[in-house]
Amino acid sequence: MIRVGVGTVWMKALFALLGLAILLFIVLPPAKMVFQSDPDLLIDTLSDSTVLESIWLTLYAALLATVVGFVLGVPLAYLLARSSFPGKSLVEGLINVPIVVPHSVAGIALLFVFGRSYFAGKVFGAVGLKFVDSLAGIVIAMLFVSVPFLIESAKDGFEKVDVRLERVARTLGASPWQTFRRVSFPLAWRSILTGSIMMWARGVSEFGAIIILSYHPMVAPILVFERFETRGLDYAQPVAVLLIVVCLAALVALRTLVYRGKRP
Amino acid sequence: MIDINDLCALVGDFALHHIDLRVDEGEYFVIVGPTGAGKTVLLEAIAGLVPVRSGKIWLRGREITRLEPEERAVSIVYQDYTLFPHLSVQENIVFGLTVRGGTRENTRQALDWVVELLGIRSLLPREPRTLSGGERQRVALGRALITKPDVLLLDEPLSALDPGAREGVQGELRQLHRHLRATVLHVTHDFEEAVALGDRIGVMGEGRLRQVGTPEQVFRHPNSEFVARFAMTRNIFDGEVTREAGGRALFRTGNFDLVVMPGSESAHHACIRPEDILILTEPPVPAPENLLSGPITGVIDKGSILHVTIGVQSSFCCLVTRREFQDLELREGKQVYVTFKASSIHLF
Repeated sequence: MIRVGVGTVWMKALFALLGLAILLFIVLPPAKMVFQSDPDLLIDTLSDSTVLESIWLTLYAALLATVVGFVLGVPLAYLLARSSFPGKSLVEGLINVPIVVPHSVAGIALLFVFGRSYFAGKVFGAVGLKFVDSLAGIVIAMLFVSVPFLIESAKDGFEKVDVRLERVARTLGASPWQTFRRVSFPLAWRSILTGSIMMWARGVSEFGAIIILSYHPMVAPILVFERFETRGLDYAQPVAVLLIVVCLAALVALRTLVYRGKRP
Repeated sequence: MIDINDLCALVGDFALHHIDLRVDEGEYFVIVGPTGAGKTVLLEAIAGLVPVRSGKIWLRGREITRLEPEERAVSIVYQDYTLFPHLSVQENIVFGLTVRGGTRENTRQALDWVVELLGIRSLLPREPRTLSGGERQRVALGRALITKPDVLLLDEPLSALDPGAREGVQGELRQLHRHLRATVLHVTHDFEEAVALGDRIGVMGEGRLRQVGTPEQVFRHPNSEFVARFAMTRNIFDGEVTREAGGRALFRTGNFDLVVMPGSESAHHACIRPEDILILTEPPVPAPENLLSGPITGVIDKGSILHVTIGVQSSFCCLVTRREFQDLELREGKQVYVTFKASSIHLF
């Protein structure tokens, strides 16, 4: 057995103990909530159309936000990974602004652009799209707070693609578009997909920004909050349990899809 | 064929300064130089992969300086072969035809040709990551050749291989070149590789092309201390040439005088290749023109050849075969004589 320095075993034991504490902290509350739930109440909740519709709305809105984030974010990620331009580090900093801004503040800020009497609100309002108390409002709130995850992950993915693969493709006759489509994008695909899943999951869990823009229609996190406020813990719990189960199942399914066959 | 006029480029820390180069149709041209000399940048400039600051590049009479890489008919093979990891070997090879929208029939014919040429049919269904270094190289060559480029650019094609495989692949490259009569521009840091493969070689250093010529010319007649050192001419001396009575020319280093061939009076350097120096344990009779003596100050054993350094004010490095080394009973500290012909001394 190789021993690196004196006290290695003790160090490992201490680190493992500390790690165990944080793991328990993460796992215990949701696990306890799930396993302490009353099965009858849970079954009642499963047939509560308000709950089901709200969970469906949450998953669907997060998907829409991810699609928008994908279309607008992946090209930016490629630019950031491949070219250098003045102000690039500023752009990279700006991308992470949504992560540091408190989400209720983000919601207020979004109102200043997408509110009825403000610029984007007016422009989109002209084509019948409103952002207050609407699906569109939920989507932009989710988009704002979760798109950094997709951009960062996609950028990492593109950076890991050897630039010489793109160069070889060009000399073999591929145009820049073909090179992107046939080489850079497929090779970064796994990172992009991982980022998309992260973005989607982050969107599903969003509360603060959405409650400012769009209390109704009610997404699941807000429904949990509302049940807790108006009826108490016992009524919030089954909805929360259902939400956790659905989210975990979706996450596991998506991750299995991404890493199918090839685990890095 | 390739005609480069006064090319300048700056890419990160690498620069090219006023490169002038002509490579003939069907020629195997090797660019050799130490790491950081700008060799790869020169290849990438020819392929259109890095921006050119000034100067012009012509290919078969067509100016290509500002053309996109895909418009140039130039293929590049990088050191570690850079196969597309998400494509099978076959998809890698036909990539150039696929993106050009080749018909199924043409693609199949071209694939057959390349596969037979390189003997890689059995590799077609495999994934690149399962291939050995030599197999990867064949596939990369196949991928580069299938588009029938005007020029094949090879960036350190042998350095990712095991030393054992290198010599074999070197021979294969030479054969492939003869067979296809392709124009090849090959970059390496290994001078022996350059001599073995090149019809002509160009020595690069610090972004400049220092000397261009046949291997014999560069090997025997380096034009500068840089090239002489790079060509492993270990014995380089500073001095002046003086003309003596009777038409003799002497190269005076201050420590010793060498009898040299007349005709290079303006030279300030003399160099003697280590393999041209003969070691003797007794002074020969009659005494030859250039005879110096001193103790052996160092021996480096390279297996079949030994590098022996002899201290004669300055030091001389000679190559000695193992047999000679044993027959002459050479060892460190032993007093020996060294001699060499005036014609073996190159002045510049």
